[in-house]
Amino acid sequence: MGRTLAEKVWDDHVVRRAEGEPDLLFIDLHLLHEVTSPQAFDGLRMNGRPVRRTDLTIATEDHNTPTLDIDKPIADPVSRTQLETLRKNCAEFGVRLHPLGDVEQGVVHVVGPQLGLTQPGTTVVCGDSHTSTHGAFGALAFGIGTSQVEHVLATQTLPLAPFRTMAVTVDGELPADVTAKDLILAVITKIGTGGGQGYVIEYRGSAIEKLSMESRMTICNMSIEAGARAGMIAPDQITFDYLEGRDHAPAGDDWDAALAYWKTLRTDEDAVFDHEVRIDASTLAPFVTWGTNPGQGAPLSASVPDPASFADPGDRLSAEKALEYMGLAAGQPLREVAVDTVFVGSCTNGRIEDLRAAASVVQGRKVADGVRMLVVPGSVRVALQAVHEGLDKVFTEAGAEWRHAGCSMCLGMNPDQLAPGERSASTSNRNFEGRQGKGGRTHLVSPQVAAATAVLGHLASPADLSDAPVLTEV
Amino acid sequence: MEAFTTHTGRAVPLRRGNVDTDQIIPAHWLKKVTRNGFEDGLFEAWRKDETFVLNAPERKGATVLVAGPDFGTGSSREHAVWALQNYGFKTVLSSRFADIFRGNSLKNGLLTVVLPQETIERLWQLTEADPTAEITVDLVDREVRAEGLTAPFELDDNARWRLLEGLDDISLTLANEADIAAFESRRPSYKPSTVKV
Repeated sequence: MGRTLAEKVWDDHVVRRAEGEPDLLFIDLHLLHEVTSPQAFDGLRMNGRPVRRTDLTIATEDHNTPTLDIDKPIADPVSRTQLETLRKNCAEFGVRLHPLGDVEQGVVHVVGPQLGLTQPGTTVVCGDSHTSTHGAFGALAFGIGTSQVEHVLATQTLPLAPFRTMAVTVDGELPADVTAKDLILAVITKIGTGGGQGYVIEYRGSAIEKLSMESRMTICNMSIEAGARAGMIAPDQITFDYLEGRDHAPAGDDWDAALAYWKTLRTDEDAVFDHEVRIDASTLAPFVTWGTNPGQGAPLSASVPDPASFADPGDRLSAEKALEYMGLAAGQPLREVAVDTVFVGSCTNGRIEDLRAAASVVQGRKVADGVRMLVVPGSVRVALQAVHEGLDKVFTEAGAEWRHAGCSMCLGMNPDQLAPGERSASTSNRNFEGRQGKGGRTHLVSPQVAAATAVLGHLASPADLSDAPVLTEV
Repeated sequence: MEAFTTHTGRAVPLRRGNVDTDQIIPAHWLKKVTRNGFEDGLFEAWRKDETFVLNAPERKGATVLVAGPDFGTGSSREHAVWALQNYGFKTVLSSRFADIFRGNSLKNGLLTVVLPQETIERLWQLTEADPTAEITVDLVDREVRAEGLTAPFELDDNARWRLLEGLDDISLTLANEADIAAFESRRPSYKPSTVKV
């Protein structure tokens, strides 16, 4: 019987297979950041172990870094200590680090792909659940805990329990105003936050094949929000074109050999998935969340659902609690939900394509009174490209704040947070209670919806902007 | 890792599904660089509500958390496991755990037990009716016992053995170092390297 893409990549990395033991898999690329690594380095130190493969390891600072005044010492002493700890650990163990201020600094899941380190058919891990992002290249990529970070540092391998395979097939044409973010939010609402548990999801079908690498990363990034172990998309010409010429992409004979291997990384015709989900892309619409987990979403044109409409008692209770926390009433049209803050950024939607999309919507318009809009590029390289294209000016002229690269308000570990009761439209990945700041309320949206929402002050899509005031040149 | 064989203790019924790791330990606690001192951050936001079950005086000293489905979703932060352990929990029972949280728990000797939702419901009713009721989680026999209830649970032999013995995974892997070296020697040259070019 044929094998799926995920099974092929898995099989190619088995270091040891023994009866009654989990397979031991080799890890091609280990990404580190300041939050989930300090205790792992401590473990190495206590046991007198070195980092086995510093040449397969790279670190960046992202979760704690401020997005303002980055030339000044970090105000929060605890954040500063954590960043200093990473710097000390990387120096002591010989790990390459891109600290705050470095041109390659940025959100770890933006940095890996842009350096060309994330490649088809590789295994990629990081102490961060959104490592699933890298699956967009046909890599088997997943988030791990700190004990596993220590394990990979010490051995460059991980013992892993077997997974099941799920195909999410999206055929048909995505409507013009529908993005990869809308698609993945709709998938999560369909299968639920636990629906992917134990599975590696492969996204396939004609609608997926047409997507850019940035859009594919947005989709794979949020696989974890459906509970999946990982998300993958088979590499194709779009993948190869994205990689060719990047700093760490193979070159010369290595490029040819790599390309020959990468072209084998497709699910065989006769392979069987353990579970299949089919979606008609043409039925999708701009999608937003109304609740406190990413599976509580609905089309923007819908209203806040009535908890009583959920058949499952657990779902009903969960919806009741969510509406209470979110300060929403059943039946309220989602388009009428007013926001205080708009956040464009994160490993989900902080790449150049996302900034271009948001900029195209706010261009010549103004952010609504009483709304603050934060634009946080996913990396310094993304920021430089955006400046080169003049996008920073588009944002600042519209009244948005143009910030330095980092995770920022996606999780509010730095000063970028919602105040209690504040409501955001956010291009990030999690609308959990308090995620963006204690008492903060989050609606997950695409960059286009975020930008239109900033202009109108309530949840909206670019199609709603026809009546919005447009500034004309004097 | 601390070994786990069998544990008996009083329980906390957490009647909520989809408890994400941001609720178990909020992000601002993640700035700490140690594995301890997270007990005050456990369910920090919910504990501000005095009616939250963990605040009930009769739940003080409870060591068994009986939770709703999809416990531990979201962020991979192992701090969530440390916070539960630092607070005093030895085991968590739920009908479904998020994968990364489950992996993290077993690496730290916090036994996560998967039981049918009906069994969770019975345990909730039992401990709500009598907060002094004890629950035994027996990894040797792979069963959960409480008054009027015996429920078997599954855990694969390898994971069970590592927990029973309190084994260090890294030492186990390094015992097969020759296999790793052999794999490395046949790895193609086109594979990525982080060494600056």
